[in-house]
Amino acid sequence: MILPALFFYLFAGVCVASAFMVIASRNPVHSVLFLILTFVNASGLFMLLGAEFLAMILIVVYVGAVAVLFLFVVMMLDVDFVELRQGFLNYLPVGALVGIVVLIELMLVLGGAVISPGAAKSIVTPIPQDISNTGALGLVLYTRYIYFFQAAGLILLVAMIGAIVLTLHHRPSAKRQSIPAQNARNTANSIEVRKVASGEGLQP
Amino acid sequence: MDELWTTYLWPLIVMVAQSVLMLVVLLIAIAYILYADRKIWAAVQLRRGPNVVGPWGLLQSFADLLKFVLKEPTIPAGANKGVFLLAPFVTCVLALAAWAVIPVSAGWLIADINVGVLYIFAISSLMVYGVIMAGWASNSKYPFLAALRSAAQMVSYEVSIGFVIITVLLCVGSLNLTEVVEAQDGKYGMFGWYWLPLFPMFVIFFVSALAETNRPPFDLVEAESELVAGFMVEYGSTPYMMFMLGEYVAIATMCAMGTILFLGGWLPPFQVAPFTWVPGIVWFLLKLLFIFFMFALVKAFVPRYRYDQLMRLGWKVFLPASLAMVVIVAGVLQYANLAPK
Amino acid sequence: MSEILKDYLPLVVFIAVAMGIGVALLVVPFIVAYSNPDPEKLSAYECGFNAFDDARMKFDVRFYLVAILFIIFDLEVAFLFPWAVAFGQIGLFGFWSMMVFLAVLTIGFIYEWRKGALEWD
Repeated sequence: MILPALFFYLFAGVCVASAFMVIASRNPVHSVLFLILTFVNASGLFMLLGAEFLAMILIVVYVGAVAVLFLFVVMMLDVDFVELRQGFLNYLPVGALVGIVVLIELMLVLGGAVISPGAAKSIVTPIPQDISNTGALGLVLYTRYIYFFQAAGLILLVAMIGAIVLTLHHRPSAKRQSIPAQNARNTANSIEVRKVASGEGLQP
Repeated sequence: MDELWTTYLWPLIVMVAQSVLMLVVLLIAIAYILYADRKIWAAVQLRRGPNVVGPWGLLQSFADLLKFVLKEPTIPAGANKGVFLLAPFVTCVLALAAWAVIPVSAGWLIADINVGVLYIFAISSLMVYGVIMAGWASNSKYPFLAALRSAAQMVSYEVSIGFVIITVLLCVGSLNLTEVVEAQDGKYGMFGWYWLPLFPMFVIFFVSALAETNRPPFDLVEAESELVAGFMVEYGSTPYMMFMLGEYVAIATMCAMGTILFLGGWLPPFQVAPFTWVPGIVWFLLKLLFIFFMFALVKAFVPRYRYDQLMRLGWKVFLPASLAMVVIVAGVLQYANLAPK
Repeated sequence: MSEILKDYLPLVVFIAVAMGIGVALLVVPFIVAYSNPDPEKLSAYECGFNAFDDARMKFDVRFYLVAILFIIFDLEVAFLFPWAVAFGQIGLFGFWSMMVFLAVLTIGFIYEWRKGALEWD
């Protein structure tokens, strides 16, 4: 069928083009918006592979949560972007190193697929045909891969604690509302009726 | 040529026709939901509400549409033009896109996908972008503050909505919206729907839906007494209208989700003769309107929350409560052996 | 074309039609409506005076913290979805596996609460 192929080239093409625009566009907010477009198209590619759960989770987690944080940072963080651009060449060696590592990894994956085309199939759990994608994932994730699952939980815990340790600071001047204290108040413990003698006032 | 026609073009035409039909009906329904909102609000305050255009003001929303179209569109000089116009577009299209998977009656839906619940959840988590983009692109102080507030607010209540959906899914065992409705079909009629066994979650869902769609009492995004109109300050003409449209379509989506998850979708309230004759779509619409009626009443009755109270409610009350409810529901299902196989 | 993709084709068409409606609404006033811009009309709205400077400014780090915590809880919800779907089939082991996971994250949540990260001040 020609339609999935058409959609594949559409998603893959837009994905690569917008990924390029992420690094090429001058305004960082535009970069993040292109990053979102990349995520959405990657999700389309997952969909074409039949991984509908992954496709939706990619959108929920990456576009709906991670990219919101990115957007927060670049939109509101009042950075001087001209200054940022000047340091571009300093980062070039690090960027090049990361790029080369990714390239080598990609070549290893592709090389492996060329040398032994059957290898990829032998290690994965066969995809069950009669139940939905999400159900199939649920059947193995919590029982067979329990250690990875619990490790993910621990990583989330570390992330939570790390975020608080790094960003939390209290303003000492802040006044907080205490709902229990408010609810505990009644006329008996907050109002006092006193007789005031004329011309004398009330001594505290 | 013949093959091209039967395998590609004809199904495509059918799909386009279905989509157009669904969207047109939806948009007309939204026009009357807007009208109903204003009428209910007016009735609570002993006013008349819109009553001039058409009989009983029934054509008011269409007159408003015409007015918006003929207004001068302005783009502020300091604004980032592309993003400024993209924001209402994103809000409007995302809100409409959610309706592709909502079953309005048995089999009456555009796309019967396996992960329908997740799709709606994804769309509702993307709705925050319209607000952030509008707030940033306007390059004006009120929209900027509104964007900050709303991003934090929508994000906070998203989590409790997620947990609420999980409790329903535990009872259903599928992410397909049609199957969610069918799982509630039983001999007890309306007492077998999930609003009764999961009543606390229904309440949390309803309040979180108010916060998620920026409805009063959680409309701090457009708190007119402090932020004028929030992120929409710089907008006029149809871009403004698209925000309004997106907002009301999102509200309708939330009402539809409440109907599907807790009120049995298109199922009749009693499985006996006069009720089962009524078509499913009528029941669906009645339930949707019932939830919307509660939305409208809350808008008329409840004063606006303060921001710290809003965040407290989301993080300190709803999040632990809904998480605990996930554990309780799962435990009961597990040990009472009620889990769907 | 596989069965799954057949289900999604109408969705794509629907979104395309919705986009069409969106574009039409967005473009119409630029064509039909009266337009006469002037500098006062196009300046950013402030309560009666000219804007002092650029509206984009630094703000409290608390908003980032909310966004980060949201990512973590969103991932937690993401893990719960397949569990809820497969709940009937994975039995007691799967149930307790998730309970341990939730317990670990509840420790984090209690830590947050005690540290005052959920206070808004």
